[in-house]
Amino acid sequence: MTGILAIVFGAIFINNFVLSRFLGICPFLGVSKKVETSVGMGMAVTFVMGMASLVTWLLNEYILVFYGLEYLRTIVFILVIASLVQFVELVIRKVSPVLYQALGIFLPLITTNCAVLGVAILNIQLTYTLFESVVFGVAAAIGFTLALVIMAGIRERLEMVFIPRNFRGVSIALITAGILSIAFMGFQGMM
Amino acid sequence: MNVMNELTKGVFRENPIFRLVLGMCPTLAVTTLAVNGLGMGLSTAAVLVSSNFVIAVLRKVIPNKIRIPAFIIIIATFVTMVDMLLNAYTPELHSQLGIFVPLIVVNCIILGRAEAFASKNPVADSLADGLGMGLGFTLSLTLLGSIRELLASGTLFGANILGASYEPFKLFASPPGAFIALGLLMALMNMLAKKYKLE
Repeated sequence: MTGILAIVFGAIFINNFVLSRFLGICPFLGVSKKVETSVGMGMAVTFVMGMASLVTWLLNEYILVFYGLEYLRTIVFILVIASLVQFVELVIRKVSPVLYQALGIFLPLITTNCAVLGVAILNIQLTYTLFESVVFGVAAAIGFTLALVIMAGIRERLEMVFIPRNFRGVSIALITAGILSIAFMGFQGMM
Repeated sequence: MNVMNELTKGVFRENPIFRLVLGMCPTLAVTTLAVNGLGMGLSTAAVLVSSNFVIAVLRKVIPNKIRIPAFIIIIATFVTMVDMLLNAYTPELHSQLGIFVPLIVVNCIILGRAEAFASKNPVADSLADGLGMGLGFTLSLTLLGSIRELLASGTLFGANILGASYEPFKLFASPPGAFIALGLLMALMNMLAKKYKLE
């Protein structure tokens, strides 16, 4: 049980996917302008990362390793993730039109979110069990959502203040993320 | 003339990192040392040139509806090749770059150039586009890596530059330093772009 807690705490705070592992920076910079949209993006990513961890772990264990095809891992994983995202989009549209309305535009963007492929590869590298992989996937996505929502809150305030011309846009967003990352480094002492 | 134009635009005018803001994850993650930035840049450039070439050759064969999955398979094939080559010939660099080697697959620059350029243009132009963008990416990563290495340890490509009396600014070796260094560098590039009227 402590092992699972360590994985959850580690993925959300200590090695936050965005602020310390640098995975999922594109949506972090692109979608973090409003709190509402970043919550939507976070929910979609959490769902896909949990599913992707489950499916890629099973595929790796029972097909790739079983037949000695580990060198195909990158190709297989990215195809699985791309089809998974399509599949999730279809299912959500059919089952819950309300959720689809909320997540709709974010779903296709997730395929190129490197956090999803990153978590699938990390699960294999860290030799997690199936259960640990899914927990790690969901916890990492919660960490991503947390960073995204905090960033969106800060950026909503940045809109209202004066920023020197050359720093506007991505530049100030990166420096803000840097300061946020320093804050998250404080969690390192807890493990 | 046209090919020359495609070749040079990636270096500054349409620099993938500073102007297009693509491929930020590897840019921030691997640039703790100048040599890592250079290695990551060259690996990405190799994939970019190869995939641009193959996609331009096949651009009339690939049906429009399934072009994105087809591009992804082509890109993933070259990434797997680069991954194996790095592992075989430069194992140290391979372990330093870690999961960011397989993650070249999801680098937005590569799929972006495939979709926006190579799928619509002749082979020579696409090769030049891939080379130019790859060069711009490599230069940017090496520059950021050099600045971070110099500030964090006073060395450049492992050679001591600032002398023994230099007090290392360790922040720039850590994740926050990556964000701050790139943010400041981007503001500098914005200033240069305005000065030389590039927008």
